[in-house]
Amino acid sequence: MAILVIAEHDNTALKAATLNTVAAAQKIGGDIHLLVAGSNCSAAAQEAATLNGVSLVKVADAAHYQNQTAENLTALVIANAAGYSHILAPATTFGKNLAPRIAALLDVAQISEITGVESADTFVRPIYAGNALATVKSADQTKVITVRSTAFDAVNRENAAKIDSISPAADTAQSTLTNRELTKSERPELGAAKIIVSGGRGLGSGENYHTLLEPLADKLGAALGASRAAVDAGFVPNDYQVGQTGKIVAPQLYIAVGISGAIQHLAGMKESKVIVAINKDPDAPIFQVADYGLVGDLFEVVPQLVGAVG
Amino acid sequence: MKILVPVKRVVDYNVKVRVKADGTGVDLANVKMSMNPFDEIAIEEAVRLKEAGIATEVIAVSCGVAACQETLRTAMAIGADRGILVETDVDLQPLAVAKLLQALCAKEQPQIVICGKQAIDDDANQTGQMLAALQNWPQATFASKVVLANGKATVTREIDGGLETLEISLPAVVSTDLRLNEPRYATLPNIMKAKKKPLDTVKPADLGVDVTPRLTTLKVAEPAKRSAGIRVADVAELVNKLKNEAKVI
Repeated sequence: MAILVIAEHDNTALKAATLNTVAAAQKIGGDIHLLVAGSNCSAAAQEAATLNGVSLVKVADAAHYQNQTAENLTALVIANAAGYSHILAPATTFGKNLAPRIAALLDVAQISEITGVESADTFVRPIYAGNALATVKSADQTKVITVRSTAFDAVNRENAAKIDSISPAADTAQSTLTNRELTKSERPELGAAKIIVSGGRGLGSGENYHTLLEPLADKLGAALGASRAAVDAGFVPNDYQVGQTGKIVAPQLYIAVGISGAIQHLAGMKESKVIVAINKDPDAPIFQVADYGLVGDLFEVVPQLVGAVG
Repeated sequence: MKILVPVKRVVDYNVKVRVKADGTGVDLANVKMSMNPFDEIAIEEAVRLKEAGIATEVIAVSCGVAACQETLRTAMAIGADRGILVETDVDLQPLAVAKLLQALCAKEQPQIVICGKQAIDDDANQTGQMLAALQNWPQATFASKVVLANGKATVTREIDGGLETLEISLPAVVSTDLRLNEPRYATLPNIMKAKKKPLDTVKPADLGVDVTPRLTTLKVAEPAKRSAGIRVADVAELVNKLKNEAKVI
C-alpha cells in the first residue's frame, strides 16, 4: 500500500497543513510519497524531504505549476496515480479545490475533512458544522481524502527522504492566475497559531477591531481571527474568518471578543484547548463553550487585558 | 447564454441538528428544510447576470426526493426561469450528483454552471469541482466576484491567505462563497409567479446515471460535548486563571 500526499507550498516553503496531512497518512499506514508540484520549487522539495514518515518526494517542476491551478495539478496527479491506494491533500482552500477534481476523474468518492482514521478504508468526518461525526467506509479502490489539519499533530522534521524528479503533464491552459493579494502579516498563520484573538460584530467597526485587538495580539504573539459577521461587515478581510465555511482552528488559547457564538462560528473553534469569551451579553451562546467567560464591555476589558498580560 | 444552477434542499441553517439515538444519522423528522445558503447565492448571481443582459436563461436543478420541488420553486421565486428535478430516494453523494449534472449539461448546453461551494448538511465541498472534472471544464471555486465577458470568466476567489483572481475560458464551473452577493428576498408576487414556471421531473435512470452510493455511513455520533467553564469577575482573575490554572500564557 502506498499513499500519495499532495504538498501545499508556495514554491519556497511548505504550508504547515502539509505536515498534519502526512501525519494522517501515517495513521493509515504504508509507504508515503509526497508530491511537490511547482515552479522553481526545489526549496519546498528539500523541506518536504525532511518530514518524518515520507519515504519519497516526487517533484514536478514546470512553469505551469507556478500557481498550482486545480486543472494542471489534477492532470499531473492522474498521470501518476497508478499504484496508490490513497491520495491525500490538506483540507485547506488549496486541497478542497483540488481533491474532488482528482476523485471525479478516478471515478471514486472523495472523503472530505477527515478528523480520524479508523482503518485503511474507514474514516471519521464532521457533518452539519461539526454537530455530528460520521464514520464512513469507502468501497472505492483509491481513496481520495482531504485532512482537517487540527485533528492530526504535525510530523517532525528529522528525515532525509529521497527526492525524485517526475515529468510534468501537459499544460491544460484552462486557467490563468491574473492576481493574488495575500494579506501581509507579521503575525502567525491563523491555522497554525498557538494563540488566536478573534473579534466579532460587538467591536462595531474595523477601526475598533484594529485598535483594540492588535495590541492584544501583539502582546500574546497571537494570530487574529474574526467571526463571519465581522468579515461581512468589512472589519477585516475574508481570510480572517473562523467557522464552518471559513478556517477551522484549534489553538492552545482562543480569545473570542464580542462574538456571540453562532453554531457556524463554534464549528470552527470549539476544538481549541482553552476558550476565553468576552461579551457584554451574559446569555451569548459563546459562554456555553468558554472555559473562562468574562461578562463586560469589551471596550474597557480588552485594554485592561493588554495591560495585565505580558 | 444559459446558466445552470444546482440547488440542494438541506436542514435550515438555524436548526441545531440532533443525532439519532441509534446512531444511524441525524433526526430529520419535522425539521425545517430550506435551500442551501450557498446555492441561494448562486441563484442570485445567475439572476443578476440575466438582469444585466449577459445571461438569457437561468435553469435551476435539484437532485433528491420529491420535496426538492419546493427548493426549485424558491429558486424560481428568486428569478430562475425553470426547474428540473432529478427525483430519487437514494441518498445522493457528490459524485452521483456531479454525474447527474453532467448528463443535464449535455442536454442543456449551459455556458456556465454556478453552484454553492458546499452544502451545510454534509459539508462536502465537492460537487462543483467534480462536475468541472467530468466535463473537462475549468473551475473557479469560492468566488467572491464574477465578471463574464468575451467568452471568459474573471473570478475573484477567497483563498486561505487572501484573494486571487483567475481568468478561465467558458464553459466553466464557478462555486460561490459567502461574499459574492446578498440574495434578495422573494416577493409574494414572484412566489406566485414561480408556481406557474415550468418544472420538469426526470429520474437518474432516464439520464443513464448510476447513483449508487460509494461511501457507507457506519455510524453517526455526537461530538464530545464541551462543558461550559466558569465566569470570571474581572481581568485580573482572568489573567490569573490563564497563567496559573490553564497555563496557556
